Amino acid sequence: MTHIKTLNTKRLQNTVAKGGCGECQTSCQSACKTSCTVANQACENK
Amino acid sequence: MIHKYSFNGMFIVLDVNSGAVHIVDELVYDILDYYRELDTDEIVKKLSDKYGEDEIKGGIKELDELVEQRMLFVPDTYSAVVPFVNKREPVVKALCLHIAHDCNLKCKYCFAEEGEYHGKRELMSAEVGKKAIDMLIKASGARKNLEIDFFGGEPLMNFDVVKEIVEYARGLEKQHNKNFRFTITTNGILLDDEKLDYINKNMHNLVLSIDGRKEINDMMRPRAGGQGSYDTIVPKFQKAAESRNQTDYYVRGTFTRHNLDFSEDVMHLADLGFKQISVEPVVADLSEDYAIRESDLPAIFKEYENLTNKIKQRRENGQWFNFFHFMIDLTGGPCVIKRLVGCGSGTEYLAVAPSGDLYPCHQFVGRPEFKMGTVDTGVTNTDIRGRFENCNVYNKPACKECWARFYCSGGCVANSYNTHGDLISPYEIGCEMQRKRIECAIYLKACEE
Ligand code: SF4
Ligand code: SF4
Repeated sequence: MTHIKTLNTKRLQNTVAKGGCGECQTSCQSACKTSCTVANQACENK
Repeated sequence: MIHKYSFNGMFIVLDVNSGAVHIVDELVYDILDYYRELDTDEIVKKLSDKYGEDEIKGGIKELDELVEQRMLFVPDTYSAVVPFVNKREPVVKALCLHIAHDCNLKCKYCFAEEGEYHGKRELMSAEVGKKAIDMLIKASGARKNLEIDFFGGEPLMNFDVVKEIVEYARGLEKQHNKNFRFTITTNGILLDDEKLDYINKNMHNLVLSIDGRKEINDMMRPRAGGQGSYDTIVPKFQKAAESRNQTDYYVRGTFTRHNLDFSEDVMHLADLGFKQISVEPVVADLSEDYAIRESDLPAIFKEYENLTNKIKQRRENGQWFNFFHFMIDLTGGPCVIKRLVGCGSGTEYLAVAPSGDLYPCHQFVGRPEFKMGTVDTGVTNTDIRGRFENCNVYNKPACKECWARFYCSGGCVANSYNTHGDLISPYEIGCEMQRKRIECAIYLKACEE
């Protein structure tokens, strides 16, 4: 590719099958708390 | 669905449903305006003023390849996952313990009304705290990792009870195969060596509240007598940060309409030596003079751009620090299910008032219509739980159409409630800022590649 550089080859669609175990941290997004975007959370089920 | 934007001359394309991020040249960026609607010849014609035919066809071919590889225009099929999410056995995995509904500061923007939460000054007893732990162990089913957040008011005003609860929970970990992670939030006034030592030994995370520059901090975070808090807390916070090796803590501040040049506050905190920094927009009723208004958004967007450039520059000079709201994990990050449901308030996450009453989250504490049960009974109001269970991006009309949905996961339910009186209409000003932050965060990531 000469016009496009892809930063990540992650495919969200591949996380459906093994996802939803729920071991990850909760993620409050409000200003009063440990808020951060959910996209930054770690998965505990690697 | 895609979202494209340019930042400092970089052209960035996000494929919403696959999570792929592409850096493209201007040619491809322009082609994308027509790619889905027009065929190749028509696109060539449209762009012929700017580019040659072969060039345009080359760009289209690369886009075709990405589509083929399922990294562009991937359809959204995740709403099929929702029934699965809703069928999960309801488990609780995190509690926010309101250790003290009392505070030794008088922060002007405090949503807890200087610690009192629509109620009276009250400290949580060790007995209530321990019952909360018992309830959590019971309600958490097979989940191993459990979070306890000591919150207030100011939790250090009731620190002996904090310690008692920690010891109690630790004593039960093995037997129940649980792993507790504790976090404590403090304004620092009562932080001393002994408490810090205990916190470092026992707490997974430490949140230190400070707004930034002295005049900003002291304007919004005065002590009861009106004098500022900055001089008291800064040395303590610096020591705390160092004692934790500059990880597993963060300083967090709030910016308001009074400091829309908040990048200065972030930089000030960085200059004080902090490496983990969070400064966030205040959420307040529009009647307050410090509340952020829609008309402030252009200035705020500009300021997030300023901040992005400043952070970039520092990092290039080897002066790394972490700004929480620009943290984004493009290569890992949580599964799509997590991204659909967000904060888990009212379901996986509950707040416990000093009295032992349960609420969907810390922002709902003290609102009788949201009381869900008590530490003795567990969740008894399953009606409220059901309403929170239904909060996912596909039940929120605005989020369904929003490119940021898998980064944001549908925003803060409490903000929705405070601005619209329902749980599913997002707080638009917050959305605008959220989307801007995501754009900045992805740009910063792209610069590091
Ligand atoms: S930014 Fe707003 S509209 Fe978009 S997903 Fe988040 S809450 Fe929903
Ligand atoms: S509803 Fe808002 S304040 Fe409450 S836990 Fe969720 S994101 Fe945080």
